[in-house]
Amino acid sequence: MSESYEATVTDPVSAPMTCDSNPVEEWLRMDRMPHIWCPGCGIGTSVNCFTRAIEESSLDRKNIAIVSGIGCTGRVAGYLLLDSFHTTHGRALPFATGLKLASPKTKVVVYSGDGDLFAIGGNHFIHAARRNLDMTVLCVNNFNYGMTGGQVAPTTPEFAIASTTPYGSVERPFNLPYLAQSCGAVYVARWTVYHVKQLQRSIREALEKPGFTFIEMVAPCPTLFVRRNRLGDGLAALESYEENAVIKNGADTRECDLGMGGPIVCGKFVDIDRPSYLSNQVAHLRKVLGDRYVMPDAWQGVVQ
Amino acid sequence: MVETKKSAAPKAPKGHVVINTERCKGCGFCAQFCPTGVLAMSKGFNLKGYHPPIIADAAKCSGCGLCGMYCPDFAIYGVKNGRKPESGDL
Repeated sequence: MSESYEATVTDPVSAPMTCDSNPVEEWLRMDRMPHIWCPGCGIGTSVNCFTRAIEESSLDRKNIAIVSGIGCTGRVAGYLLLDSFHTTHGRALPFATGLKLASPKTKVVVYSGDGDLFAIGGNHFIHAARRNLDMTVLCVNNFNYGMTGGQVAPTTPEFAIASTTPYGSVERPFNLPYLAQSCGAVYVARWTVYHVKQLQRSIREALEKPGFTFIEMVAPCPTLFVRRNRLGDGLAALESYEENAVIKNGADTRECDLGMGGPIVCGKFVDIDRPSYLSNQVAHLRKVLGDRYVMPDAWQGVVQ
Repeated sequence: MVETKKSAAPKAPKGHVVINTERCKGCGFCAQFCPTGVLAMSKGFNLKGYHPPIIADAAKCSGCGLCGMYCPDFAIYGVKNGRKPESGDL
């Protein structure tokens, strides 16, 4: 067999088409491609799952706004062909909160990394979840700060090596599903980027569910975290996810800690109903003020 | 139900794969996670020096599109034969 890589189309007769018609491309700003993510990075795979989830869902594409913070995952807002905003570091959720209050008919999606959402933006995360703002938060967890050189993050597992902890981190990391659940998120799930189909379904469910929905997407950082900890490359990391993943829907989030080489508990952990911030506010003010309450114009017909 | 007898002639593949070799960064996800083993990594290089995948066994392709789902660089996709890919195929 020849090793030529020019033979790209296996059956050109039945499907005459060029290499440029990848169906995901209609969701991407192709003038920004190729993207900056390293070979073997999991963020691109999570973007595939996200675009397929929107495609499958009942949402109107023109009504979706995507907000990112800073970091490798923060680039997602710049690459997706949707209304998007690339905020300052950690402030994706405050921006998204303002956006949701000003325009409740918009489906707000926050797509950011673990360092952005839980270190610098940790404060904003707990309060957005507490208020049950109607938005979806997708967090790509690659266990370190990828863009700035692999510093230790609040999600770095105990004893893992990062550039700022050359002998191993001694901090206890956040257990993100437990944090989200205890702060009041109505939908909490965790998948690795190996579980593409499950992740796609989970993102669709989160997008369609009203309230604060949160999905943690475990992804490899092949250049920094995976290489420094001698775990191989991105492909080896995905194979280890396949091996170590324990799918346990409805698991107790207190037992979902991630450690080096330990099991990765995946699944949908929380799916409850709770009145959202906007509907709670309108209901309460109607009760207190009666006829004197005037609903903002942008909320008319959207908030019940 | 009557079982259909398998014909001796090889069946036409159910689907096929399209690879944009110049966008590929050679991570190998597609070849590793293809459920039917259609793809293999090439020993050849693309212009940027990565090893893109090649089609090792086109007849096995089912057109499931999982390669495109895994590809972090949007460089490959699978389609069922007999029609052009549409956005609904995602």
